[in-house]
Amino acid sequence: MTPPRIRVPSPARQGEVIEIKTLLSHPMETGHSRDVYGKLIPRQIIHTFTCTYNGTEVFRADWHPAIAANPYLTFYTVATESGRLRFEWIDDEGTVYATEADITVV
Amino acid sequence: MATPHTWRLSRRTLLRQLGGAGILLTLGPAGAWATQEMVQEAMRQRIGTREPQPGGVTLRLPKIAETGNSVPLTVTVESPMTPDEHVLRLHVFVEGNPEPVAATYHLGARAGKAEISTRLRLARSQTVLALAEMSDGSVRSGSASIVVTLGACVEEVWGY
Repeated sequence: MTPPRIRVPSPARQGEVIEIKTLLSHPMETGHSRDVYGKLIPRQIIHTFTCTYNGTEVFRADWHPAIAANPYLTFYTVATESGRLRFEWIDDEGTVYATEADITVV
Repeated sequence: MATPHTWRLSRRTLLRQLGGAGILLTLGPAGAWATQEMVQEAMRQRIGTREPQPGGVTLRLPKIAETGNSVPLTVTVESPMTPDEHVLRLHVFVEGNPEPVAATYHLGARAGKAEISTRLRLARSQTVLALAEMSDGSVRSGSASIVVTLGACVEEVWGY
């Protein structure tokens, strides 16, 4: 399984608005497609993405089947203090894909 | 010699029926798109009876997409994003898909900038709508239309 890919600018100035890019390999099965036998393929999507900054949630997304496979997301946050950003993707099977990035704020 | 002839006919009939079944499968899902009621209901669940004010929400979306599999979308909301004045939530609606809601983004003052970029899966040509719930309780809206050349009945998109 390909690990999630993220880009967090570091170091950042205190108070700077930083752009964060994320990408996860995931089929995002819509639940509307059929296999070669005509049987519906069960829905299997990432339904929640969260970003926490030193333990505080700073961004969250609720996703539906209209989000393309291999979900890509760019968002912003304010660089408040040095520490750790944690990213979590949760899918319909309950699998949690997680990764972390350290940020230095000067 | 009669047997091969009969066989050939029945094979042709079989193929014809298979072809017919294929057409039915292709046409079948026409009723599977989200209805206006579904779109309205999805909006009501999220913003209640509040009336969205057009403006202040910009969607960057290509005008034409060859396939609907992965269409880039950027939504920007005009807001200072301060503790007093910020975007709480940003909803994206895809009225031309079987399910009318694409995503809800939870922002807040710590987001710093009210902008997200994502990639959508679009089943057909449609108008993508974004609603931004502001911290003062108001709701702003913006939309963008797109022509999807392939998407509606393509196996890879929704598998009809």
